[in-house]
Amino acid sequence: MTNDFFRVLEVNLSTGQSRLHQIDGRTTAIGGSGLAALLFSRFGRVDLSWREEEQPFILTIGPLTGAFPLMSKTVAAFKSPYHDQYTESHAGGRSALALKFAGLDALVLIGRAKTLSSLEIGSRSIAIKDVAFMQGMDAYAAGKLLRRTSKGGSGHRSILRIGPAGEIGSAMACINADTYRHFGRLGGGAVLGNKNIKGIIIQGDGGFELPSDNGYKKLFAKVYSQVTGTKMMQKYHSLGTPANMQSLDDLQSLPWRNLQQSSDPEGIQGINGQRFADDALLRNGACSGCPVGCIHIGYVREKFSEDNRYIYRQVAYDYEPLFSCGSMLGITDAFAVLNVMDVFEKVSLDSMSGGVALAWATEALERGIISEKETVVPLAFGDAEGYRQAAHLLGTGANAFYLLLGQGTLAAARQYGGEDFACVLGQEMAGYATGELFFAAQSLGFRHSHLDTGGYSYDQKHAERDVEKATAFLLDDEPGRCLLTSMVSCLFARSVYTPEVLADCLSSLGFDAVATDLDVSGERIRRHRWQLRFASGFVPEEVVLPKRYYKVNTWKGAIDGQYLDALRREYGRRLCAFAAPDTPADEG
Amino acid sequence: MKILTAPHMERCIGCHSCALACARLVHKRLSWETAGIRIHSTGGLSSGFAAIRCLACLEAPCVDACPTGAMAQRKGGGVIYRKKLCIQCGECAAACPVEGILQDRDGSIYVCIQCGQCVDFCPHDCLVMRDPETVTPGEVIG
Repeated sequence: MTNDFFRVLEVNLSTGQSRLHQIDGRTTAIGGSGLAALLFSRFGRVDLSWREEEQPFILTIGPLTGAFPLMSKTVAAFKSPYHDQYTESHAGGRSALALKFAGLDALVLIGRAKTLSSLEIGSRSIAIKDVAFMQGMDAYAAGKLLRRTSKGGSGHRSILRIGPAGEIGSAMACINADTYRHFGRLGGGAVLGNKNIKGIIIQGDGGFELPSDNGYKKLFAKVYSQVTGTKMMQKYHSLGTPANMQSLDDLQSLPWRNLQQSSDPEGIQGINGQRFADDALLRNGACSGCPVGCIHIGYVREKFSEDNRYIYRQVAYDYEPLFSCGSMLGITDAFAVLNVMDVFEKVSLDSMSGGVALAWATEALERGIISEKETVVPLAFGDAEGYRQAAHLLGTGANAFYLLLGQGTLAAARQYGGEDFACVLGQEMAGYATGELFFAAQSLGFRHSHLDTGGYSYDQKHAERDVEKATAFLLDDEPGRCLLTSMVSCLFARSVYTPEVLADCLSSLGFDAVATDLDVSGERIRRHRWQLRFASGFVPEEVVLPKRYYKVNTWKGAIDGQYLDALRREYGRRLCAFAAPDTPADEG
Repeated sequence: MKILTAPHMERCIGCHSCALACARLVHKRLSWETAGIRIHSTGGLSSGFAAIRCLACLEAPCVDACPTGAMAQRKGGGVIYRKKLCIQCGECAAACPVEGILQDRDGSIYVCIQCGQCVDFCPHDCLVMRDPETVTPGEVIG
């Protein structure tokens, strides 16, 4: 199984031809994030628009994928339709193990199919099929049809697909991964849509020999008992991330009604993690290779006839979509939140971005900046039915307003007004109104994700205002996360997979060279990612921070605007050190 | 001699930990397929999972189908598979009515040996090793 090189399948959608590459660099790029940066450097162009057909869409996995618990995620890398800069988006599900068992470290799509198509790959197969009949099809229906038309492999394959949002080029379009997971953020769905790819089916129909000695087996058992026996398991397994709803509301850190409030002690009772578990939780699911099973699946039902006839659908929920489609929209009923999420799933929009965008539209409508001429339907905080309709209009680009809003809340605000209350931190905010450091961290972070660094966690533990210390925390936190996303681990396991444990895991599989100097590797990968981001146009000073963020109250009191600005200046300045290829990372 | 049962497959979350454990511990492989137990979805992820495996027949059709005696009846149910005697004809896999035996592309045969090593890796206790006389047919399938 252990190879010194990466096995990369390049599929040219324009010609229909594919090439299998053996690419060196395992010891330095490792896999996942590092491999994605390596491949973008080789196949991508930082100076060309994401729309150019030669631009790659890249999927990568890591050396530990499938071989250890929670090594279950896939990295997607592309030039983002949201800001036309290099980015990554990560997803669980089955795609990581499917790629592994298909014998690949990475899949690179270049070119553009002549008609709307599906791509099916396996360890001994590649097929591009015309699926023009699936045009405009929602992600649920597309998943069902792709399952039916792909022969065999039920449970042993991964099906990635886009909905109408990806086809119309929405910068918020996500890629649905195996129904309940997503490459959610920064417009990966539009990248596939631009390539005329409706779905990717990865058949995990191969396998590998494992080391014959007992070292690997013993280490696996040890790690397995750690991930299933610690509090981590309980945290993600029981209420799951939705537990954050109550705890962040208690901390006055949960965005409500377009961040006009950071707490609603009464409203949270209807949409906290316990409420979802008690009333709406149908069952749990897991990414392949992960015994934690953090996927929480709720249900919505719909009465379609007066004679008590119902249909029901299953909707996976996590903290982030509950915030964006719940508190951010002022919805305080669990089933109403799931009903809004259900529409975002169908159109295959990132529900975090979509919910935050509709929250802005609601306030803009209240203030008279826009009218129902733009929104088509009335929008009011707490009115789930209006948001269901608006989610569909946004995902299908129903008019000029929704088409523009799909390019980002700030893009719409620049035309219509209302930039001050657009809740955008580089992209639509994640659900952490925790304080100054998180606002600085997400607005300038590599993926504009709350998972880039632990700024949200730092905010919850530190009331002091020390720019140097806080900035150092962000900078010190990032390389370790780059290491994990190069293996590719779920970040929920970061307390288990210390650099020492990672080194042991790598060595047990024969990746001894990769296992040495992991700290150096994490730093190198961090820097390479940032180099691509800067080279593709990132300028920290140009990232706008809307005034709404200066008016938030948290458990620490009112936001300190001067401290926030100082953090952003210093963090941006320190990040600029990564722009040049040969600049030491720790230079101030 | 106990047999592997799957009485609680309604609890299955599709993590594949059992199949990966079998592949890893019994067959020294990393795979979803080359294992004695394989988890398949039963019509998409929204409809649950099935554990495809040997159901431990007392008179196993695969034993009758095997031309070389590589498949032998196991006391209490199931089979004993002797690789040295196998010519990889695939007749056993074809004879199994529940697709419990897998033949990979290289011709190798994978069938549950009722060892129970997968059981400990199921986070929801879907799988149980049981004395055959205490098992009802429904509990075998789950």
